[in-house]
Amino acid sequence: MNAFLAILRRDLRVAMKRKVEVLSGLFFYLVVATLFPLAIGSDLDILRKIAPGILWVGALLSSMLTLGRLFEADWQDGTLEQLVLTPHNLSLLVLAKILAHWLLCSLPLVLMSSILGLMFDLPLDYAWVMMATLLLGTPILSCLGAIASALTLGLRGGGVLISLLVLPLYVPVLVFGTGAVESLAAGLGVQAYFSILLAILLPALFFSPWACAQALRVALE
Amino acid sequence: MMGFLFRFASPQAFYRLAGQIIPWLVGIGTLLTLAGLWIGFFIAPTDAQQGEGYRIIFLHVPASWMSMIIFMAMALWSFLGLTFKTRLSGMMTSALAPTGAIFAFLSLWTGAMWGKPMWGAWWVWDARLTSELILFFLYLGYIALTSAIENPARRDKAGSIWSLVGSINVPIIYFSVIWWNTLHQGASVSVTKAPSMAHQMLIAMLLMSLAFWAYSIAIAFYRVRTIILQREYDAHWVQSLPEAQ
Amino acid sequence: MNWNSWSEFFLMGGYAFYVWGSVIVTFALLAIEVLWVLNARGSALEWVKAQRSISE
Repeated sequence: MNAFLAILRRDLRVAMKRKVEVLSGLFFYLVVATLFPLAIGSDLDILRKIAPGILWVGALLSSMLTLGRLFEADWQDGTLEQLVLTPHNLSLLVLAKILAHWLLCSLPLVLMSSILGLMFDLPLDYAWVMMATLLLGTPILSCLGAIASALTLGLRGGGVLISLLVLPLYVPVLVFGTGAVESLAAGLGVQAYFSILLAILLPALFFSPWACAQALRVALE
Repeated sequence: MMGFLFRFASPQAFYRLAGQIIPWLVGIGTLLTLAGLWIGFFIAPTDAQQGEGYRIIFLHVPASWMSMIIFMAMALWSFLGLTFKTRLSGMMTSALAPTGAIFAFLSLWTGAMWGKPMWGAWWVWDARLTSELILFFLYLGYIALTSAIENPARRDKAGSIWSLVGSINVPIIYFSVIWWNTLHQGASVSVTKAPSMAHQMLIAMLLMSLAFWAYSIAIAFYRVRTIILQREYDAHWVQSLPEAQ
Repeated sequence: MNWNSWSEFFLMGGYAFYVWGSVIVTFALLAIEVLWVLNARGSALEWVKAQRSISE
């Protein structure tokens, strides 16, 4: 547990020194969200309809872009090998890194989505549901992306390769995340969607760090 | 029994075994293909609603099935390889991938060819075709990952991990796409819904499926023999092979 | 037998483009795969022979 917190604190501290990375993800999200009304037109009826989809995909892409760097810095300066060699549970340490990354990169996206919703004239209750689905969904994205990041450690074409690997796996999260808002729009309940997202999140939190640990060991051999 | 099976986990033994099996598979596959196409194109009757256009299913359905079966086979070999740490398992997994990707593509192609005359559009976002598209992406991802890793041991293990991760997600993806499709569906019916089938149609589909299966195994065995040659090139048994003189 | 003549067979009741488009692409891709695999084996055998001459 101490090791978990130590890694968490360390990652957060290191990232604070390199704020650029965190902010660039946020800025990317803003830019992408802005591009769509420019491309499609300012008809608010249309924008309101497509807002959940666009805001979800934008957050998904932004979080995917930053995932490539999850293990890279530690790998390059040799810290990663040290982590693998410690007697501590590697899965736990990986979970700490994933959590740090999510707090730094994805949580801001979740918060920003509500503001971006204004650009699309998204009604407040829809925005709340969307934020809640992003809150449950982005950790899943981080967990899945972390596995891809661990497997592609040090490979050429890393970032694009991670995207290619992980996008098919993101589809269910995207479908259920945006489905909740659609359901709200149709006057139906959103409970089921949150249950499903939770049902995907919990195993992912358990399984992904373990898979990452295996992948890291394979990559470092 | 396990001892008997484990003997073939050695690349040398498998090389010989696969080499012996391949000609049989080619023969069986050819016969099945001829029989399947004969019944499908000459014996099976015209469909009441879809006319002669329905005959594409004799290629579309077997291709879809094979793309899914091969993905599962890859997962099985991956699991065996990671559990028993056999080198051959990783080789088999990567030997299967290109064939699976090709069948996934063919499923999409024939699906579009079937959909256009029947439903007016080359691509309608129906659940089966959309899942097949995602499966195709999963294959491409595996191939991209394994192509990017030079170290053979790392390549096998990383590929195996990813194959398993993908396979575990396939049911979730399939389920989510069906959910998504029913959400957005108007009155449209699934493109890939087969016509109610006369028994000759079913027989033809079955024969073509078995034919594709024989083909897939033969190609995978052939490919894995090549991979074995590349990996084990400095082994004495490879150097003394008749074909390597 | 469904067909009264070869030309009927080729026309496929008007669906010729779609049916034959599927058949041709399917067998073409599978044929390409076979050729690819044969070629890869040939290259591998050449390479094995070359490795042996190097070590001799």
